[in-house]
Amino acid sequence: MNFRRLILIGVPYGWLLALFLVPFAIVLKISLSDYAVSIPPYTPTLDLSEGWAGFQDFLSKLDFDTFKFLTTDSLYWKSYLSSLQIAVISTFFTLLVGFPIAYGMARAPEEWRATLMMLVILPFWTSFLIRVYSWMGILGREGYLNSLLLSMGIIDEPLVILNTNIAVYIGIVYTYLPFMILPIYATLDKLDVSLLEAAEDLGCTRTSAFWLVTAPLSRPGVIAGSFLVFIPALGEFVIPSLLGGSGTLMIGKVLWEEFSSNRDWPVASAVAVILLLILIIPIILFQKNQQKQAEADQ
Amino acid sequence: MRRFSWFNATSLTLGFAFLYIPMIILIIYSFNGGRLVTVWAGFSTKWYGTLLSNEAFLDAAWVTVRVGFMSSTLATILGTMAAYVLVRGGRFHGRTLFSGMIYAPLVMPEVITGLSLLLLFIAIGLDRGIITIVLAHTTFTMCYVSVVVSSRLISFDRSLEEAALDLGCTPFDAFRSVTLPIIAPAVISGWLLAFTLSLDDLVIASFTSGPSSTTLPIKIFSAVRLGVRPEINALSTIMIGIVTIGVITASLINKRAVTKRLDDEQKAAAA
Amino acid sequence: MAQPAKTPVVFAPWEDKTAKPLIEFNGVTKRFGSFTAIDNISLKIYEKEFFALLGPSGCGKTTLMRMLAGFENITSGTVLLGGRDIAPVPPNKRPVNMMFQSYALFPHLSVWDNIAFGLRRSDMPKDQIGDRVEEMLRLTRMEKFARRKPHQISGGQRQRVALARSLAKAPKLLLLDEPLGALDKKLRNDTQFELMDIQEKTGTTFVIVTHDQEEAMTVASRIAVMDHGKIIQVATPAQIYETPNSVYVADFIGDVNLFEGNVTATKGDKVEIAWAEGQPSIHATAPAGTKSGDRVHFAIRPEKVSISGDKPDDAANAIQGTVHDIAYLGNISTYHVQLSNGLIVKAQAANNRRLSRRNFTWEDQVWLSFTDTAGVVLNK
Repeated sequence: MNFRRLILIGVPYGWLLALFLVPFAIVLKISLSDYAVSIPPYTPTLDLSEGWAGFQDFLSKLDFDTFKFLTTDSLYWKSYLSSLQIAVISTFFTLLVGFPIAYGMARAPEEWRATLMMLVILPFWTSFLIRVYSWMGILGREGYLNSLLLSMGIIDEPLVILNTNIAVYIGIVYTYLPFMILPIYATLDKLDVSLLEAAEDLGCTRTSAFWLVTAPLSRPGVIAGSFLVFIPALGEFVIPSLLGGSGTLMIGKVLWEEFSSNRDWPVASAVAVILLLILIIPIILFQKNQQKQAEADQ
Repeated sequence: MRRFSWFNATSLTLGFAFLYIPMIILIIYSFNGGRLVTVWAGFSTKWYGTLLSNEAFLDAAWVTVRVGFMSSTLATILGTMAAYVLVRGGRFHGRTLFSGMIYAPLVMPEVITGLSLLLLFIAIGLDRGIITIVLAHTTFTMCYVSVVVSSRLISFDRSLEEAALDLGCTPFDAFRSVTLPIIAPAVISGWLLAFTLSLDDLVIASFTSGPSSTTLPIKIFSAVRLGVRPEINALSTIMIGIVTIGVITASLINKRAVTKRLDDEQKAAAA
Repeated sequence: MAQPAKTPVVFAPWEDKTAKPLIEFNGVTKRFGSFTAIDNISLKIYEKEFFALLGPSGCGKTTLMRMLAGFENITSGTVLLGGRDIAPVPPNKRPVNMMFQSYALFPHLSVWDNIAFGLRRSDMPKDQIGDRVEEMLRLTRMEKFARRKPHQISGGQRQRVALARSLAKAPKLLLLDEPLGALDKKLRNDTQFELMDIQEKTGTTFVIVTHDQEEAMTVASRIAVMDHGKIIQVATPAQIYETPNSVYVADFIGDVNLFEGNVTATKGDKVEIAWAEGQPSIHATAPAGTKSGDRVHFAIRPEKVSISGDKPDDAANAIQGTVHDIAYLGNISTYHVQLSNGLIVKAQAANNRRLSRRNFTWEDQVWLSFTDTAGVVLNK
């Protein structure tokens, strides 16, 4: 291996080892430690000055107490379940909203498509925080939606949406919509129109051709889009903080609070480790789906 | 030929209305003269004035832009190297781990990335400030850059590099004079993506910033936690405006390049 | 007892005035905006025909076929199928099936399910569907591949599955859009005969769209040559080749030598055509109504032009030239002979001798000759 190749591989490799893998090892280590009122706020700490004996001593003091603690306090498993529930429900609604848009784009006249594509991507480039924030003004008790509905006489009492789970669903659907639309659009755009004509030629109505041909063939896009929404939604922090209420339990928020308000580093770390373990399953499924699609394209 | 049915027209109209109405409302009400956010009290630009005289916001904006420039530039260099290693690097020890570390941050929840980096900075005794934010942002955005660049490298005809080597280039020359100019658009979009992600990030910055290095998203977040604020509407309008102009300009430049190319090809074919 | 003399049954319903056509186009026009894709076409296609629509790309042949399938609306005129107007019938209700150029096999379904797709949407009882699919698999020799997905079989096999799928519902009419376009030449030739076999076995009326004149000549009972949305000539392959009705058809089908000139004398159906200064007039047979002074084209196929070293005594036409180029094609050679006015005339001769003993070579002075019935005189 020559010197240039060493640099080329070594620099990004070293960077990722130092700033991605090592930090994660630290999280793992702290999750196996216990909370203590000290600086840093956990024990044991690794004291390298004591050499090998110190290291052995350190290892022997690591335990799963923090993880055991997580199972005893219902807050944690309720938060995990509630995060899963919120992520699943909002992914479903994102699909419900996103599919017709992707379908309409794929069926739109050729000359519109570049513009439509840009219109889908544009919100992605604008600040995530601002997009979430924009719903605070709409959904609030004195928000634009309530003023509109009240002035039209549709409702007598303002609707309570902000600071509920419904507002969180709306926020997730809104901010992650482009992630759903783009992969579905990509599969629908590739779909050969003659397949639909063949289905009609063989006796299908337009509707049955959609269910028998379009729907199964757009499945890889639907799966990819759903994972692209589900995975980040599960660890979401900003949306439940701004749009959710005190009853909205999401694990990202819990982790943040454990760390910054309670200063309980071992619990925060253990929460992170479990969140990651939960995420591994959908991530592997997502990878499989992508691989299958890549093979099918060849 | 398939008809563009009323169903498709309706779903597109409703879909884009959903995507854009919240932002349009935000823009309109940023020019509202009243203190009450939902009641229209005449046109006024006073909130822009309030915003621009707020030192804290201006400082935060300056920090954010500096962090964005530094981290996206670093991320572009590292990400391009990583992409090159992944696509052209051949086999080497620990390649699987390397590609795993490239893709993992893309799906890693921000709270975990932020927490783990903070714990690292504390462990090595690095004071939190602009440097720590830059390090953190570089780490997660370089992965996006490398995905963008490697997808371009994969579709790139390898024989072009081989031709350069055949004509006497060293591998480094070949990279500089052939590969880099061809992948340049991907590198630029990688930089833009990294810059946007850095400007946009709240969670990782919150973990890794110190008291003297508040970024704009942190400032906005703490301002709006308790409700809608008219000066934040004004700030949002400015940010949406900048992004819109940027995206439209980029797509126009791109469109012109494509049209010019098609035009040139037609002329060449006719000649 | 004497056997009644067997008269060979010639399949030519188009010559029978009482025969009812299966398909009838009456003054059909199709416009896309200001572009006229089909220009006032009238055409009759009979049952059990293998009918080819032939023309260059953009001539309207595919549009004409897609009208039959129901994928294109008709701007004006009527299309009758079995005597009934099919304009109001949607594609899924027509007794017509189509084999798509891309085959359009459903990638998520197996070969078996692709073939069964149309049957499941018909009123055929479930237990008969299996039998019918098996029958189609046998017909196309795809039994072994029934469980495979379309991407797991070869191009030629995909073509057969597409054929089996479109034939499964036993349509009155099968439309084939460039069915062999994606196959290589060798496979294409074999498949042409297979298609003809299957057409005969099933007795289905086939309408094929192709831009390949050889393919049309091989498979079709009749060919419609199209250009710019119009039908130029409808006739059997032999008629199209031997007696094209226009310069366009003569030029489009096969190789041809064209001479443009004026009729200088007529005697019965024989005419003399003066076509160039210093060249002998061409003696030919012209259609009735050709008058002295008419501007005409004389078209003659290369294989009808003989080449010889000495001037033949008894030929109606003999022209002198030099050998400019020789294309050796194995069984035959094509000689490009340049006349004194620069025109190149092609003549073909069978290679019944070894190459080394060939009669003529480059720059040789030769005579080209042909009879007065070998070519055709064209007025348009």
